[in-house]
Amino acid sequence: MSALRSGRQLVAAVRALLVATVVLGLAYPLVMTGVAQLIAPARADGSLVSVDGSVVGSSLIGQSFTDEDGDPLPEYFQTRPSASDYDGAASGGSNLGPNSEELIAAVGERRADVAAFIGVAESEVPADAVTASGSGLDPDISPEYAALQVRRVAEARGVPVDDVQALVTEHTDGRDLGFIGAPHVRVLELNLALDQRFDAES
Amino acid sequence: MSSTAAGWLQAALLVVALVAVHKPLGDWMARVFTTDPVPEGPKSRLRPVGHWRVERLVHRAVGVDADTEQRWPVYLRSVLAFSLVSVLALYLLQRVQQWLPLDNEMAAVEPGSAWNTAVSFVTNTNWQGYSGESTMGHLVQMAGLAVQNFVSAGVGIAVAVALVRGFARSGTDRLGNFWVDLTRALTRVLLPLAVVATVVLVLGGVVQNLSSGTDANTLVGATQFLPGGPVASQEAIKELGTNGGGFYNANSAHPFEGPSAWVSLFQVFLLLVIPFSLPRTFGRMVGDRRQGLAIVGVMAGLATASLALTSWAQARAGGAALQLAGAATEGQEVRFGGPLSALFGTATTLTSTGAVNSMHDSYTPTGGMLVLANMMLGEVAPGGVGSGLYGMLVLAVVAVFVAGLMVGRTPEYLGKKLGRREMTLASLYVLVTPVLVLTGTAVAVATDTGLGSLLNSGSHGLSEVLYAFTSASNNNGSAFAGLSANTPFYNTALGLAMAFGRFLPIVLVVALAGRLATQGKAPVTAGTLPTHQPLFVGLLGAVVLVVVGLTYFPALALGPLAEALA
Repeated sequence: MSALRSGRQLVAAVRALLVATVVLGLAYPLVMTGVAQLIAPARADGSLVSVDGSVVGSSLIGQSFTDEDGDPLPEYFQTRPSASDYDGAASGGSNLGPNSEELIAAVGERRADVAAFIGVAESEVPADAVTASGSGLDPDISPEYAALQVRRVAEARGVPVDDVQALVTEHTDGRDLGFIGAPHVRVLELNLALDQRFDAES
Repeated sequence: MSSTAAGWLQAALLVVALVAVHKPLGDWMARVFTTDPVPEGPKSRLRPVGHWRVERLVHRAVGVDADTEQRWPVYLRSVLAFSLVSVLALYLLQRVQQWLPLDNEMAAVEPGSAWNTAVSFVTNTNWQGYSGESTMGHLVQMAGLAVQNFVSAGVGIAVAVALVRGFARSGTDRLGNFWVDLTRALTRVLLPLAVVATVVLVLGGVVQNLSSGTDANTLVGATQFLPGGPVASQEAIKELGTNGGGFYNANSAHPFEGPSAWVSLFQVFLLLVIPFSLPRTFGRMVGDRRQGLAIVGVMAGLATASLALTSWAQARAGGAALQLAGAATEGQEVRFGGPLSALFGTATTLTSTGAVNSMHDSYTPTGGMLVLANMMLGEVAPGGVGSGLYGMLVLAVVAVFVAGLMVGRTPEYLGKKLGRREMTLASLYVLVTPVLVLTGTAVAVATDTGLGSLLNSGSHGLSEVLYAFTSASNNNGSAFAGLSANTPFYNTALGLAMAFGRFLPIVLVVALAGRLATQGKAPVTAGTLPTHQPLFVGLLGAVVLVVVGLTYFPALALGPLAEALA
């Protein structure tokens, strides 16, 4: 008798899961995809940035601005260290603990490198410049890190510091509504603007 | 504006939003789940509501008599049967995804990982040993994982409602009908909220497409893969259902899941809104709103204290590496910043969600210990969808019992006498998770297989294992992700911890509900302990903290505490 009743519950369970799969697993995401493509197609497709019809990235996803050897290119604002080297198919952080020897060594090395590359004292290098993000795809840097890089970028491109500074200001977002999150500089769009603005010079 | 001030304003906006929404949502859920033909309590003005036409269709398809209520063993069997079928179906779907459409050329998921993931999503844990963008095709994400995001939350609500009915009813052996409760949780609560949330997320920049990805030619001439997917629709229910399983490996830290700070704050709201509304539902259904207020008061008090401590700890760079960097920014996104990361970390570990917008493994030693301790509270402040309420009600039973011992009277809660049988069930409930966490951790650190997966050594290594078993047994799902958990040992051990951590408590809760419903209501006398006043709120909060403290303090001392003091 008990086995029979359990059997009946199992049959109901199979049928319930089938209904749920059709409604919640197919209809819901497909309808929402349709709605999204209708109301905000660009955002639903990943806020892609195109130049001359070719996709150069997403304004939401960070990329590295280094040469083939992995050395930073001075004419571009540099993004943060990434645990996945800005690989869009492998997001994630380093997951190293706060006392990890590996992390201590990495932070020390990055601080020295960044300071030498920009030409400032190690104590001036901000934290985001020497730590990897959670996603490995952080599109932003702190305004402090951007400010340090302005002079180097201007020199590398042979353009006035004020012009570069103006572009940085243009691509800096404050906190949402004035108090949510943290101020940040959108690096891909900034670098793209630099290329477009100073194409002739560089 | 200073970072700290901005942090408190964010938290204040969140509190205002939750206070505003919990009343209508809590009242709505009370109406939705009032299904028995007699009014539930003398003071209750709730009347049972009929089925919607679409729900009748569902009931017919499922093949149940929606107007027959179940005794507790049948209710429980329905829960377990549904969950068992879900595990098997999800396992199978992952194993055959390469032959189905929308597979994005992903191979079949390995058996150990598929088992772990199936249990993980059915138990509302969403622990992820795999990396989403390189393992799961869109079909498994939509028709497998997201479906469980919905129904596992629905199961949680149903079990909570059954326990509430146990308190509300008297002299009956009927607890309601699981299939009706599950259907209504989906049609009237989760699906409508998820639709609204999806639209907001898409407007905020969360992706929603069926593309298998785009290759971009970057500014420096390299190629970068940009993944696609129906993310927003899954993100919505991932937060609302306190599930937490990210579409991508980096979870809500991924810019396609958490594109901006306000979206991340909205996600925190989504994951808190149902757990903080259910106590109102409870109060309405037992006919005394003040009882719900007392429960939500304890939850809110614990949550506020935890947020204050975590924010404080994360604002100071603790740990040698973070001190050298100058701030706790490892594993953190610039757009979110410190306070919003701490807020998300606190909310996700207090609610059994387990989504992350920053990597907990790289938190400061004190911050990492606090998010771990949040889960050790047993996911009751406010806890998961449904499971938070039933967990807190069981602890309330324990608190009433403790108070009864002090004054030497038979303890009563909401007019129900708490005798030997009731207390046995409640005590077993409290014991289940600590036993799973501590034995699991002990086995892992005593074997070479277990130790082989650690990224960090020393006390932080112990914290990684302790975090994994705490997260799995409490059905949270967040990780100190340095632990390489996609191994046969951890896939199996954590899978078992998740399954027992979910279903043993459910068995005990439904049994307790059945026992309570059969009782009559004891009249309130001068000697009855009032359970809606600040005294009881304080007592219940203390019981939660003392139980956790006594259980986990030795393990915490060897792991995160040792690291914080080092």
